[in-house]
Amino acid sequence: MDTAFSNEDLKFQNEIRDFIKTNYPQELRDSINSKRKLGKELSREDLTAWHKILGKHNGWSAPSWPKQYGGAEFTPTQKYIFEQECAKAECQYIMPFGINMVGPVIYTFGNEEQKAQHLPGILSGEVFWCQGYSEPGSGSDLASLKTSAVKEGDYYIVNGQKTWTTMAQYADWIFCLVRTNPEAEKPQQGISFLLIDMKTPGVTVRPIKLMDGSHEVNETWFDNVKVPVENLIGQENMGWTYAKFLLAHERSGIAGVARSKKAIERIKQIASSEMSYGEPLIQDPAFKAKIAAAELELSALEYTELRTLAKDSAGKGPGPESSLLKIKGTDIQQAVTELAMEAVGYYANPHLGTTLSNEYVGPDYATNLSGTYFNFRKASIYGGSNEIQRNIIAKMVLGL
Amino acid sequence: MNFDYTEEQTLLDNMVTSFVRDNYDWDTRCNIVKSEEGWKEENWKQFADLGLLGVPFDEAYGGLGGKSADLMIVMEQFGKGLVVEPYLPTVILAGGLISKLGSEEQKNSIIPKIISGNVRCAFAYAEPQSRFDLNDVKTSALLNGDDYVLNGFKSVVFGAGMASHLIISARTDGDQRSESGITLFIVDTKSDGLTLQNYPTIDEYRASEVIIENLKVSKDNVLGEVNMAYDAIEEIVDISTIAACSEAVGILQVLKDSTTEYCKNRKQFGQSIAKNQVIQHRLVDMMIEYEQAKSILYMAVTADLSNSDERRKAVSAAKARIGKAIKFVGESAIQLHGGMGVVDEYMVSHYFKRATMIGVLFGNTDYHMKRYMTLTQSGISSSDEAISVSVT
Repeated sequence: MDTAFSNEDLKFQNEIRDFIKTNYPQELRDSINSKRKLGKELSREDLTAWHKILGKHNGWSAPSWPKQYGGAEFTPTQKYIFEQECAKAECQYIMPFGINMVGPVIYTFGNEEQKAQHLPGILSGEVFWCQGYSEPGSGSDLASLKTSAVKEGDYYIVNGQKTWTTMAQYADWIFCLVRTNPEAEKPQQGISFLLIDMKTPGVTVRPIKLMDGSHEVNETWFDNVKVPVENLIGQENMGWTYAKFLLAHERSGIAGVARSKKAIERIKQIASSEMSYGEPLIQDPAFKAKIAAAELELSALEYTELRTLAKDSAGKGPGPESSLLKIKGTDIQQAVTELAMEAVGYYANPHLGTTLSNEYVGPDYATNLSGTYFNFRKASIYGGSNEIQRNIIAKMVLGL
Repeated sequence: MNFDYTEEQTLLDNMVTSFVRDNYDWDTRCNIVKSEEGWKEENWKQFADLGLLGVPFDEAYGGLGGKSADLMIVMEQFGKGLVVEPYLPTVILAGGLISKLGSEEQKNSIIPKIISGNVRCAFAYAEPQSRFDLNDVKTSALLNGDDYVLNGFKSVVFGAGMASHLIISARTDGDQRSESGITLFIVDTKSDGLTLQNYPTIDEYRASEVIIENLKVSKDNVLGEVNMAYDAIEEIVDISTIAACSEAVGILQVLKDSTTEYCKNRKQFGQSIAKNQVIQHRLVDMMIEYEQAKSILYMAVTADLSNSDERRKAVSAAKARIGKAIKFVGESAIQLHGGMGVVDEYMVSHYFKRATMIGVLFGNTDYHMKRYMTLTQSGISSSDEAISVSVT
């Protein structure tokens, strides 16, 4: 048993630290911070600037991609270090849809033309992707999806509606699961994996406002959208296989341990400034106990993640255990956003940055913490709800 | 970065696993715990033959020079078998104190005998009023010529009835709760002035109340420096706490696995109860708690235990978190076993009881939570940096 990083890993860690220090733009930090505080939507530039910088540096925008496709091909330990350092420095996270999701599907199942067409733009961050999986009637039961793609000559004609399409408002492309064979014996067997240019006539994006007022997700409608058959990934009706591959493929960092650690640090600072019963809130036994409980859970989760990582490094691959990381990771994220909101007392109330008021009130550190709490209720629902994750563990790990 | 065992550790793991498999089937264990003695000397001899009694001791005294990770391996397997022989009290707790504080002469005379199985020790530290506070010591030791005279009362001393020797903490200076002024004495269990009231514990181990009346102990049998034992006691109790946590993790694994099996086999309404999602999710949550417990144990075992603050923090984090897992996994195991969970005859209740008592051992969840908080949340200053917050 050895949890120390090797000298090479430590050197790598320094290299990452230095790189972030020199290359993460202060303007980006300021822009994102000021918008976050007012609960304002981040721009496409905010979301992709860091991605673009990393894309120009040894494929660091794609830590797990093979070198052959321009990725960094980090070892699992390096990936872990990289994510940790980015979180510590509070770098804007890289949108997962291109790098972690469709990219690996394209280089694994796509043909040469598709690789040449799409991988460079994903890597560089120039092309913005979104994900077309969920539908109004297909959430946890994804395989029941209805969006249809009917082949007519050189095109698929796509009709239907996707929902929860995160950041579709900025997207250039969407990867979609569509039904190509409605007669298949099992619903999973009639699904195909299609890449669709968002500029194609018939594609409409409508915003969905979340309860904190933020605009992250959308409805995406397809009305007789003509998609060239060249945009089919792999074989027709095999889409479910690719979708499952995608789900299992990139789960490192799913637990968000480093970012939650950082958040707890912040909460401790806030709780040192806030007063309760004439003493800093951090001295309050009830509050202190909640912080400690979150820290213990996080410390355990960090080692669960390291154990998964060690398994991964040994080539055993992360299995359905990643469901555990998702459940616990999002539990803690939610606990932490709640503690942050709780720490600021009455100043959880002001909802800044709306059309009704654009001015700051209250302590600088308090702004939008309640918004974040409300927003983060999503975490135990997205990416396969935590109940579905339990079903996965029950089936795949416990054999029930 | 790896959590694999070394070759030696794998051998050790295999050895303890086969001992438990071959010598500790359920019926055998039931007979042991029902016996007058409450343990089996033959097993102890076998521990000696296998070298298990020497795991943590320095090679200079015939030990294997093992570390916390090695003790973890032994205790985890002992946990799986609910092995009742007094390994933790003798080898880890008392043995740890002797290794830490003993003079060369004391170490040379005692440690080889522990390793060969001829000496068993117990550590008498808790008192009726002390609860988990190691510094709260009323038992007194007064110097009279070349002897100390001890008077007092020690509570719930695990393994005392099986021990040839006791290590007793007593106050030689300072007031009742002072950290300085505590001294350790090593005495023969059969000494005049020592009365043991032996009893079984709820989880079928054995413990004793120790009544100390005008017990004469020669100056030569002081362990370590007079008045200065506290730091060593805290350290060795911490190391022993990791061992107890390891035992708990072994038990939790059995509870989780056997409950999963039970639910697969138990049929109601014409189908296995494991087909019910409400049962499945409870089993998954048991598994998650087990994994989290194991992870935080690994955290503690791989922490820098030579740094005392690091050690305290890691140990209390692990004990508090594992305490929480014990409660959830244990209570769930009983609940999902239904009627079979609450009977004495079926093994699940025995695992539950042992795990619950480990929850109390060396300080319960609240106790360690408070210690952890004291260690981690003092000295935070609000003016260190301008705060700008984004939690996402």
